[in-house]
Amino acid sequence: MKRDIERTNVFTRRALLMMGGQVAVLGTLAARLYQVQVREGARYTTLADENRISARMIAPPRGRILDRFGTVVAGSSTNWRVVLIAEQVNNVPATLEAFSALLPLSEYERTRIDRELHRKRKFIPVLIREFLTWDEMATIEVNAPDLPGIVVDAGTTRNYPFGRHLAHIVGYVAPPNEADVADDPLLGLPGLRIGRAGMEKFHDLGLRGRAGSVQLEVNAVGRVIRELDRQEGLPGEDVGLTLDAGLQQAVLATLADQSASAVVMDCRNGEVLAMATNPSFDPSVFNSGVSQAQWLEWTKDRRTPLINKATSGLYAPGSTFKMAVALAGLESKAITPADRIGCPGFLDLGDTRFHCWRKGGHGMQDLRGGLKNSCDVYFYEAARRTGIDKIAAMSNRLGLGVELELDLPGQRSGLIPTREWRMGKGHAWNIGDTIVSGIGQGFVQVTPLQLATYASRIASGRLVQPHLTRKLAGVLQPGSEPDDWSSLGMTDKLLQTVREGMWAVVNEQGGTAPLARLADPQAQMAGKTGSAQVRRVSRELRESGHFDSEKLPWEYRPHALFVAYAPYDAPRYALSVVVEHGNAGAAAAAPMAREIMTEVLRRDPANRSEAPVARVVEAGSR
Amino acid sequence: MDRRLWREPSFDLIAKVLQINWLYVVLLCCLAGVGYLALYSAAGGSPEPYATRHAMRFAMGMLIMLSISLIDIRFIAKLAWPAWLGGVVLLGLVLRVGHVGKGAQRWLDIGGLQIQPSELMKLALVVALASWFHRASRERMGNPLFLIPPLIAILIPVGLILKEPNLGTAAITLMLGGAIFFAAGVRWWKFVLVLLPLPLLGQFAYSHLHDYQRARIDTFMHPESDPLGAGYNIIQSKIALGSGGMWGKGFLQGTQAHLDFLPEKQTDFIFTMIGEEFGFAGGIAVMGLLGLIIIGGMLIALRCRNQFGRLVALGISCNFFLYVFVNIAMVMGVIPVGGVPLPLVSHGGSAMLTVMVGFGVLMSVHVHRDVVFADADDDG
Repeated sequence: MKRDIERTNVFTRRALLMMGGQVAVLGTLAARLYQVQVREGARYTTLADENRISARMIAPPRGRILDRFGTVVAGSSTNWRVVLIAEQVNNVPATLEAFSALLPLSEYERTRIDRELHRKRKFIPVLIREFLTWDEMATIEVNAPDLPGIVVDAGTTRNYPFGRHLAHIVGYVAPPNEADVADDPLLGLPGLRIGRAGMEKFHDLGLRGRAGSVQLEVNAVGRVIRELDRQEGLPGEDVGLTLDAGLQQAVLATLADQSASAVVMDCRNGEVLAMATNPSFDPSVFNSGVSQAQWLEWTKDRRTPLINKATSGLYAPGSTFKMAVALAGLESKAITPADRIGCPGFLDLGDTRFHCWRKGGHGMQDLRGGLKNSCDVYFYEAARRTGIDKIAAMSNRLGLGVELELDLPGQRSGLIPTREWRMGKGHAWNIGDTIVSGIGQGFVQVTPLQLATYASRIASGRLVQPHLTRKLAGVLQPGSEPDDWSSLGMTDKLLQTVREGMWAVVNEQGGTAPLARLADPQAQMAGKTGSAQVRRVSRELRESGHFDSEKLPWEYRPHALFVAYAPYDAPRYALSVVVEHGNAGAAAAAPMAREIMTEVLRRDPANRSEAPVARVVEAGSR
Repeated sequence: MDRRLWREPSFDLIAKVLQINWLYVVLLCCLAGVGYLALYSAAGGSPEPYATRHAMRFAMGMLIMLSISLIDIRFIAKLAWPAWLGGVVLLGLVLRVGHVGKGAQRWLDIGGLQIQPSELMKLALVVALASWFHRASRERMGNPLFLIPPLIAILIPVGLILKEPNLGTAAITLMLGGAIFFAAGVRWWKFVLVLLPLPLLGQFAYSHLHDYQRARIDTFMHPESDPLGAGYNIIQSKIALGSGGMWGKGFLQGTQAHLDFLPEKQTDFIFTMIGEEFGFAGGIAVMGLLGLIIIGGMLIALRCRNQFGRLVALGISCNFFLYVFVNIAMVMGVIPVGGVPLPLVSHGGSAMLTVMVGFGVLMSVHVHRDVVFADADDDG
């Protein structure tokens, strides 16, 4: 019994000790609870709010691109899409089967849908099909009871009412890549597109607008429970172009099936009214993704539909370059308008014989005649007298071989050779190089846009720069008035000499471009033809008398060029036309120029309400 | 109490029912009530699917507990070793045919009822050890050889539980055995001798742990290192608790729990949800209630007049205490996450059943606190 008591005492002592330990442990836990809940409560409250409140951005509507009359050339339209919300369906495959019975789904689409269904949470909609037509959408809506979980929803997509007519200028949008998203979180929003080319790219930031935001309460898996706060963003700004969309269509129609480009400018202020490149492409294809086959077709076409020939196509200007040579010679007094140069059909320099395009020669020619007849020998001699560096300086001043201040990405600057440039290449400059430069051959390379700018500057005597942006968010931009542009710094008398030569080319008996003559005698056009060889013609071939460029394979035929402005007495519009491998400027390019200029004048705002003749004459007296 | 009472046939069922500690029963009901409210909230303010089932299970558990409390403690003592053997067999069975959950086999499906043999084993072990030490005199306690059989009785189930593997329960079982050894009067220095090589043992054990267990320990050490992975539970639990503040967000207003940031809110992390909705005040109240139940069990042990009863009551109280400690320490990020529910509060039938069986035995100790064991009489 004594032992039992002893044992009981030991138990009691130790049990009490353990009770004390348990109370102490529970007390420690309570202290810890106090620490977490009361002392650090504020910090954890913040963390809790960060957990449950999710700020999301609202995509602002992208700004529109309009032509000079406010016609939409790039806008947003509703994109009817079909999505599937997996959690609303018991049997997903059966629903997809039912959908396929109405609108067949390809194997590729099925694979994509299955993959997304697998990856995304059940309440996140999975895209089944987009760009539905009205009929397709109606079919789905009517059969809605048989398609549980299928929802028709309205997204936005970029649409281009003028499609291929403005593809190179307006550009296109495409989904952003990862590098873009790092710059602007707005781009991370699903379905957002950014400008990838053309005006869509140049004005992308303005068109994009500013994102709004919405604060949402979400649960642990990201499902939205309710909206707590909303802040609307700023919609993207509209961009107004200098282009006339209707004119653009007409110009592109004129180019027909040729691989060609044409630029029409307002020569007083540099506004580009039309800039057409043929063939073109449909920009809306980029919205939904370009197929491999389509891409191959574009890249294999030797007429290069994806390249904007007006700003990136480089061509030897040929005889259209002769005004630059003439002005360089006149200004430097190397030649005078009255100087006469004899043309026997060729010019011999050392061992080399330089031919005139007319085999028999033109006889004695002054400047006016040299331009009118496009006499090569006259300009060989004029170039020789003037020197390449003065010709290059004048060309650059007139907008050739330099980068223009055009607001369109992807411009090429071309080349006007100089002695310095040739030295840089490790060669000495030959006098023969100057001679061929005199007729715009050799190293000389320019773009159709530069040619139109060149014609504008000769016509207006101002240093106009071609530009495409007229209004931003409805506000007229600087550069719209002629007085926004400074003078070329050349006397009008000098320019007038050259202008008269250009007038004679088109309107005088025996000029090289009678096909460019306008029907209306009151609105005359001044211009210059050009034919630029793409391959050297050998002496034997030329002298054999069997040379005929028409018989060459397409890609070896000379390019046909034409530059012009009108009306002659009160210049308003300038243009350039380049037909790749069109053989002769007078035959291929001049008639197009005539057709385009006729359309331009018909559309002249001054002609809208009154008789065209009276208005043009009045415009000339201003 | 008069010892003679037990020898008289008049000590019948009604007398026993009167002997039940009804205050203790009320405490248990209060705790289950807290559980009902918490589960109602966990279901987003609905008695389905947790709260109603919780109440029904508790009612059934209470019936079982009261029935067991009327069974003579001496009869329970006779069942001690068969129960231990049964527990070991079930543990062996679970390794062969048990359900796999979270990389471990723990559950046994018997006639639709899912049971966790390790929980039953702890109860059987307590009873078995108590019956062993019940017969021990002071002298025999001093003999190290006498301590070897009970040591083996602990290590066999602990080894089997480790093999499931269920680290938390194995540790609790080991501590439970230690507690009974301690209360039975094993000398201090023997504990010291066993505890000294423990760090080395820990190292050895760590290298043999499953990856998911090692991840738990690692993330416990540095929870912020992997905020969306294994550390997610601990961080979210602390955020939910902390955002509750002093007075809580109010019943059904806990944002973290209801927006599903808090994982397993109806089982392991139910205390967190209580803390978020009722604040520190609510948390401390629940802890107080749990403390009262533990102290009450210990007091039952102290008032018992036979060694078997004392040890059983102490073991059951300690088991409950360890449960509570592991769960609450876990949700506050004090110890690694262990998958231990809060008894009588968390959702889960098997745990509720074993806990109530335990309380039944505890109550039986209370009802029969003055009985005399025949073999103990020899001892005295």
